[in-house]
Amino acid sequence: MTLFESLRHNRRAAIGAMLFLGILLAVLPFTVGSMMGNSWLRILDFALLYIMLALGLNIVVGFAGLLDLGYIAFYAVGAYFYALLASPHFGLHLPVWLIIPGGAMLAGLFGIILGAPTLRLRGDYLAIVTLGFGEIVRIFMNNLNAPINITNGPQGISGIDPINMGGVTLAKPIEFVGITIPSLHAYYYLFLGLALLIVFVSIRLEDSRIGRAWVAIREDEIAAKACGINTRNIKLLAFAMGASFGGVAGGLFAGFQGFVSPESFSLMESVMVLCMVVLGGMGNIPGVILGGILLTLLPEAFRHGAGPVQMALFGKILLDPEALRMLAFGLALIVVMLYRPAGLWPSSTRRREFKGEGA
Amino acid sequence: MDIFIQQIINGLVLGSIYALVALGYTMVYGIMGLINFAHGEVVMIGALVALSVIKLLANSGLPGVVIVLIGLMAAALVCMAVGFAIERVAYRPLRKAPKLAPLITAIGVSIVLQNLAMLIWGRNYHAFPPILPNGEHEILGATITSVQIAIIIIAAAMMGGLILLINRTRLGRAMRATAENPGIAQLMGVNINQIISLTFVIGSALAAVAGLMVSANYSIAHYYMGFVLGLKAFTAAVLGGIGNLAGAMLGGILLGLIESLGAGYIGDLTGGFFGSNYQDVFAFLVLICVLVFRPSGLVGEKAAERA
Amino acid sequence: MSALLLEAKGVAKHFGGVKALHDVSLSIRKGEIYGLIGPNGAGKTTFFNVLTGLYHPDGGEIVFAGEKLKASAPHEAAARGIARTFQNIRLFANMTARENVMVGRHVRTSAGVMGAVLCDRRTRAEEAAIHRRAEELLYYVGVADRADDLAKHLSYGDQRRLEIARALATDPQLLALDEPAAGMNSTETEGLRRLVEGIRADGITVLLIEHDVKLVMGLCDRVAVLDYGQKISEDVPSIVQKDPRVIEAYLGGAVA
Repeated sequence: MTLFESLRHNRRAAIGAMLFLGILLAVLPFTVGSMMGNSWLRILDFALLYIMLALGLNIVVGFAGLLDLGYIAFYAVGAYFYALLASPHFGLHLPVWLIIPGGAMLAGLFGIILGAPTLRLRGDYLAIVTLGFGEIVRIFMNNLNAPINITNGPQGISGIDPINMGGVTLAKPIEFVGITIPSLHAYYYLFLGLALLIVFVSIRLEDSRIGRAWVAIREDEIAAKACGINTRNIKLLAFAMGASFGGVAGGLFAGFQGFVSPESFSLMESVMVLCMVVLGGMGNIPGVILGGILLTLLPEAFRHGAGPVQMALFGKILLDPEALRMLAFGLALIVVMLYRPAGLWPSSTRRREFKGEGA
Repeated sequence: MDIFIQQIINGLVLGSIYALVALGYTMVYGIMGLINFAHGEVVMIGALVALSVIKLLANSGLPGVVIVLIGLMAAALVCMAVGFAIERVAYRPLRKAPKLAPLITAIGVSIVLQNLAMLIWGRNYHAFPPILPNGEHEILGATITSVQIAIIIIAAAMMGGLILLINRTRLGRAMRATAENPGIAQLMGVNINQIISLTFVIGSALAAVAGLMVSANYSIAHYYMGFVLGLKAFTAAVLGGIGNLAGAMLGGILLGLIESLGAGYIGDLTGGFFGSNYQDVFAFLVLICVLVFRPSGLVGEKAAERA
Repeated sequence: MSALLLEAKGVAKHFGGVKALHDVSLSIRKGEIYGLIGPNGAGKTTFFNVLTGLYHPDGGEIVFAGEKLKASAPHEAAARGIARTFQNIRLFANMTARENVMVGRHVRTSAGVMGAVLCDRRTRAEEAAIHRRAEELLYYVGVADRADDLAKHLSYGDQRRLEIARALATDPQLLALDEPAAGMNSTETEGLRRLVEGIRADGITVLLIEHDVKLVMGLCDRVAVLDYGQKISEDVPSIVQKDPRVIEAYLGGAVA
């Protein structure tokens, strides 16, 4: 029995572990900030955004088994929704509590619109069509600056309002009962809160009538229909839920970054999120979170490390650290799939399945 | 009128290239039921290898056509080796794994190839040295270059050769048998591992040719060129009916025509609202429409259910 | 004579030029075990697929419990009270036996996303009821001891039983079994026969496709015989057995 499973059975140990984890998460930005500097704190904030994205995609790919390669489009919808409604671009400055949920709903709607034509498709075909949708969304973002300037084209939209909660902006240090919380820390806590909310929603959904219906469709669509599951609606629900998580993350991204451009929503980003889900362990929430953390931190570590290491070894930078980082990423994808096709942390039933087949 | 003819010519040239790349997708799909996502990168490797060799020999005094042929040979050899390696490393161990696993390894291979190319050739665009006779010919008020004529003829010849290979030779028969039913083919004494390797090798050789054509026609090559090209060629393969050789050729030509005519006329059609910068949207829209409304393609027989 | 539960009127289905079903009419009475037999390729499974909404019929209609069945809407067929099993077992392989049965309750429950997330009293009660019913059904078909094993690790016979439990979980009026005894040994077949009789005793009408003629003749109240997509006979087993057209269909081609 793994640590995780034994915690499920022992209530007191579970509460202790939760408390420990809670304290760890609460002090993490201060530790990281003082030991590793602000750039790593930013990376930490991004890791939380990616966890939200990975959990959203996990609903579509992991639970419902619908391979989506255009998922980043929903992140883009959330981000542009925020950018357009809270920036000098249109001169609109709507409050956060309106645009984040609004972005989530709009992204969910996009999920339904893009999902509807693909309902009959599966596997590779679905992957290609969703990839096409993702690219179309990006091409439109790139080109909708003429004749009417909506997206400001490849230059993107800058000067986006920072997230502002009840009159307190997160862009500046916040004084709170005598403690000063720097901006990056404040964003960290906001993102952490929303990431935890998304984890909570994911867990609740997984263990529900809807969650079971998703998995049933993944396992055998025809049998699922015969069991009375309206596969069309349930699939669209998966697209909408997954997309809305992406929309939330996108809105947060826009407010955090202060700038959005089509470049942030390339196919590579979709691939990255998919890899978080698959490498972590499709359908298993802790695995997906692990995937999100690893795939945000490791490439960054590689990028930060590859330059100095080369300097130390050869006295100059021989190889482009960015290319090295991606090279390592590509190799990691291949190696993990060859040796752990169910991911690094598969769900316990899947693990059992692998044991069962080995026996 | 001449604009129309010009777009037709451009479309045919583009389409010939798409068709050659599409054949690689369709052959692999026909035999393994798998979309080789890394195929576009093989085209890119072919273009860059050929270009490097050609640049190296550009001042050697050899005639331009000979230099290009040497470059092509080198590119074909490298691509065949790459194709062989891709199948061995990323696909063969996963032949019985769930569909998602080879898809992810294929994405991994794409990323690796792209970034290897970036390390070797850098981030810059590479220009094609002007060593080929670049005569221009007038047809019905439009112009076509010698290179373009060569592209169309060579592409047609290669497709013809491939069809003969598949339909008239022992190897082709073994390939068709493997595509039909690998298990039975194996019982009949076909070495299916060998056939699958050969399929990748042949597809990669075609990709090398296509890569050279792209860089010769557009005078440029780049480490990132494989992705969009691959995606469009895949679209062509799907449009024609994936797994079907004639379909891939037809799909390639059609997609080339749709794209260049679409890009040429979209401004007029939408009253200037959309410009030719939406060219790439056509490929994706065609792809989505085909997959959604006619997943078996124009001449295909297998339905999308298979995936 | 009890009331009709299902009435098929002139059902037709063709694939390209092949007429898989040609003007098939039959009626099933409430509470009976009705057998559908015929040589391979006679159209039995096609009829099942039309009945359960997986295929769109090219002609005719099916009236179920007094109302016309909507064509090609499998989830609605299930909602109306038609449950089925499949010839080549279709379980949710990577879900546990218990979860498989729980999925069967989907159509009789209603919790949505909000319910799942908020976990309100109603949702909790519904979820508890789903668990209870799944447990009962696993006992009923006799696979309770494998409740937490993945469906794909169950033995063949247990998988057949689990599939029946999942079908029963939808609270059907009509249970359609597609060759449930295929691949079973005689002990397992005997168990299956008792199971089916028990299901009927609980008031559920059973439609049975079966190759095992002995089982069909012993179990069914009435039998219809399909051959080349047409119904060639329909009556009680003892009469159908003697019908020359049936004997012809089963032996004729081969002997003559």
